[in-house]
Amino acid sequence: MWKWLHPYANPEVSYNFTNKMLPWLAWLAAIFLSIGLVWALLFAPADYQQGHSFRIFYVHVPAASLSMGIYFAMAVAAFSSLVWQLKLADASAAAMAPVGAAFTAIALITGAAWGKPMWGTWWIWDARLTSELILLFLYLGVIALHSAFEDKNLAGKAAGILTLVGVINIPIIKYSVDWWNTLHQGSTVSKLGKPSMSLDMLWPFIFCFIGFSLLVGVIVCLRFRNEILARNSIRPWVRELVQQNTTK
Amino acid sequence: MNPRRKKRLTIVASILIGIGAVSGLVLYALSQNIDLFFTPSEITQGKKETGLKPSIGQRIRIGGLVVPGSVKRDPESLKVSFRLSDMTMPIEFKDTDPMVTVYYEGILPDLFREGQGIVANGTLEDHPPTGLSIEASEVLAKHDENYMPAELADKKGQKHEKTKYTEKQLESKGY
Repeated sequence: MWKWLHPYANPEVSYNFTNKMLPWLAWLAAIFLSIGLVWALLFAPADYQQGHSFRIFYVHVPAASLSMGIYFAMAVAAFSSLVWQLKLADASAAAMAPVGAAFTAIALITGAAWGKPMWGTWWIWDARLTSELILLFLYLGVIALHSAFEDKNLAGKAAGILTLVGVINIPIIKYSVDWWNTLHQGSTVSKLGKPSMSLDMLWPFIFCFIGFSLLVGVIVCLRFRNEILARNSIRPWVRELVQQNTTK
Repeated sequence: MNPRRKKRLTIVASILIGIGAVSGLVLYALSQNIDLFFTPSEITQGKKETGLKPSIGQRIRIGGLVVPGSVKRDPESLKVSFRLSDMTMPIEFKDTDPMVTVYYEGILPDLFREGQGIVANGTLEDHPPTGLSIEASEVLAKHDENYMPAELADKKGQKHEKTKYTEKQLESKGY
């Protein structure tokens, strides 16, 4: 069933694949982000209560949901690395961690900037905000473990275990607003039934969300490529590649 | 799958299930304590599951909807008082609903409106005329997850202008 995936366990095949994907991802990301952000920040209607402050939604929500999505992807990679000992899965987890940490930080910072004018406070220890802060610490722990060991396999194993332990935080973040009383409002877009947003506000959001997801794809591909090269630096195909590039 | 992988798979899966069960139980046990605030009915009647009631003088957070027409403010100072009732769907306000009065001195957040969700932080007091009340040191506005342009809100008949105070609400005695 999974036979088509097998060639990608080879670092060289994966490297060439990311190379081919990168320009596509980059162009699509640029197109979606420029349309989405211009539409969202200049042309989408202002909210009936929050006015223009509401526009931070278009950065805050994609960043927050991607921070969880990247973590989940990292957990899948960690799981397959622990069970099937795929070295490339470790490399991809190491490539994703800092990107996820950056998006978590963006979600927290834009959230604080949104909270001050609307709620009246930068920070409150409610379940949603606290669990998202824990997600940031989990990312930082994973990054630290990846660079704490000389031996990359050992590092991948340690970071993978932490990633898997931390994955329990993802449903907690997602459902915190439903399970407990929080100052943070409930989900607007990702819920069953109709999103609680008018369509002329929702469309720019969809563009922004796809754009930010593609941007994550671009950055992760770039970092994954570097990880592959760094981890296989003694292999003949990497040496050949370096020689080709230096003689050019 | 070869036996070694199978073994690793069972180990990893059982660890994951174990952690899931442990955190599920912990969260279940803590479920009442993770709430950010008490609702007005929880203050007057106690929490639904445990019957836990905050005591007079305790520092708590209260969350509820501002009852329309209950906002009173002192024109000479920043003192303001309003009543909160539970957030129930659909939103309607009845005089029989459990309500708690909040007294506050300071600038209210921009989103403060009648019918708006509010979270206030302060000590629980028992003032004779109004009953249970909160001497708040902080008032935060809570907004919901619905966003719409102003025209659409007008069409739906949603009020969204800032509170205008009637003569009676501005009487300094009222505070």
